[in-house]
Amino acid sequence: MRRRTSRLLAGLLLLVLVGAGALWWLTKPRPWDEAHWQGLGQPDLANGEVLFWAGGCTSCHAARGAEDDRRLVLSGGRVLKSPFGTFYPPNISPDDTAGIGGWTLAEFGNAMTRGVGRESEHLYPSFPYGSYARMTAKDINDLWGFLQTLPKSGNVAPPHDLAFPYDIRMALGGWKFLYFSDRPRVALDRADPKLARGQYLVEGPGHCGECHTPRNALGGFEPGRWLAGAPNPEGEGRIPDITPASKSIGSWSESDIASYLETGFTPDFDTVGGSMVEVQKNMAKLPASDREAIAAYLKALPQ
Amino acid sequence: MKIRAFALAAVLVGLGVTAVTAADEPQAVRQQLMKKVGQAAGALSGIAKGEKPYDAEIVKVSLTTISETVKVFPNHFPEGSETGMETEASPKIWEDMEDFKAKAAKLGSDADKFLAELPADQAGVGAALGVLGKDCGSCHESYRLKKD
Repeated sequence: MRRRTSRLLAGLLLLVLVGAGALWWLTKPRPWDEAHWQGLGQPDLANGEVLFWAGGCTSCHAARGAEDDRRLVLSGGRVLKSPFGTFYPPNISPDDTAGIGGWTLAEFGNAMTRGVGRESEHLYPSFPYGSYARMTAKDINDLWGFLQTLPKSGNVAPPHDLAFPYDIRMALGGWKFLYFSDRPRVALDRADPKLARGQYLVEGPGHCGECHTPRNALGGFEPGRWLAGAPNPEGEGRIPDITPASKSIGSWSESDIASYLETGFTPDFDTVGGSMVEVQKNMAKLPASDREAIAAYLKALPQ
Repeated sequence: MKIRAFALAAVLVGLGVTAVTAADEPQAVRQQLMKKVGQAAGALSGIAKGEKPYDAEIVKVSLTTISETVKVFPNHFPEGSETGMETEASPKIWEDMEDFKAKAAKLGSDADKFLAELPADQAGVGAALGVLGKDCGSCHESYRLKKD
């Protein structure tokens, strides 16, 4: 009888260990193989700058209220409120100690596309790697090159201030297991280069869905509601639905959308507002063809 | 019967009064004012985009509309008009009325600046509209909420 009990216990222990091992394996940080970041050559800085504006880096990583050239100083210092607590985007200027000047391309690339930090830790998806995951290695290399050309800052941002249990970094592996994906968000005609470019910009670097798509209680996107609008994470009001049947921009033409992204004016001469003001400033820096591609994608979304 | 008709008339008058009052509510007034600014910006945009020929008179009228309208605009945010009538006004307006007024004043003074030195061609109108549009956006960034 006694032997039987100890056998049972040993069996249980084994089961727990296997379970824990499986859980660890399923949720461990997964950087790319080194080879993914090799042989990319000299970065194309002009393309890197396009990605910098498309990616909106400055909207979170520049100091609060920064205007004009100050938007190029990625010192951190903004405050990002969310239902899970307050995030403080870090200094990503090329400063060797306060910023990410000492990082390698692979470290930067794994943070951007896999949400894996320099210490192999999971990063919080407030940093929109769930979108950036779609970026090509070439584009990451070009963006990395461009970031090196920006001014350094010695500022150190405070650590994130999150409520339990969201402050447990390891649990992010579970979040990734459930919600992280680098697959296309919608099925579109990939043969049309304009649509393909629009899809890349919106779903990848532009990370539009991060605000415009509603989330469930765990912060995962609600299935089937891509870009269908969501509560404003910063408080009252809403982030509008931007699908083709929406009340907000459903009646806009492609050129209306492209023009809004360029000038900030809606077709009836209202203007951009809220957190979209920052986004529109960035979009205005893109080549016109990219704004047109974004507009084409938004109009082509399946209804 | 007579009393009934009288009651009906009273109700109708009451409804009429309500309708008039609704249009006079600060929320409705300021929405109308913003529409006027939007129409003026639209006229300038037509010229800036080359959809309409340059017309100094239209430029002047539009800038004047923007300048005059935005000067009275912040006067229509009394206590008690924070909600209702689909207002998109953010509660932050009442938390920092001074800054809200300063942002409106900035648009007014920029419009005055362009009135003093009227943009002389299509490119000039485009440049002016760029400055004015930025003023609009910087206020809407903090003080307007989208509801859908």
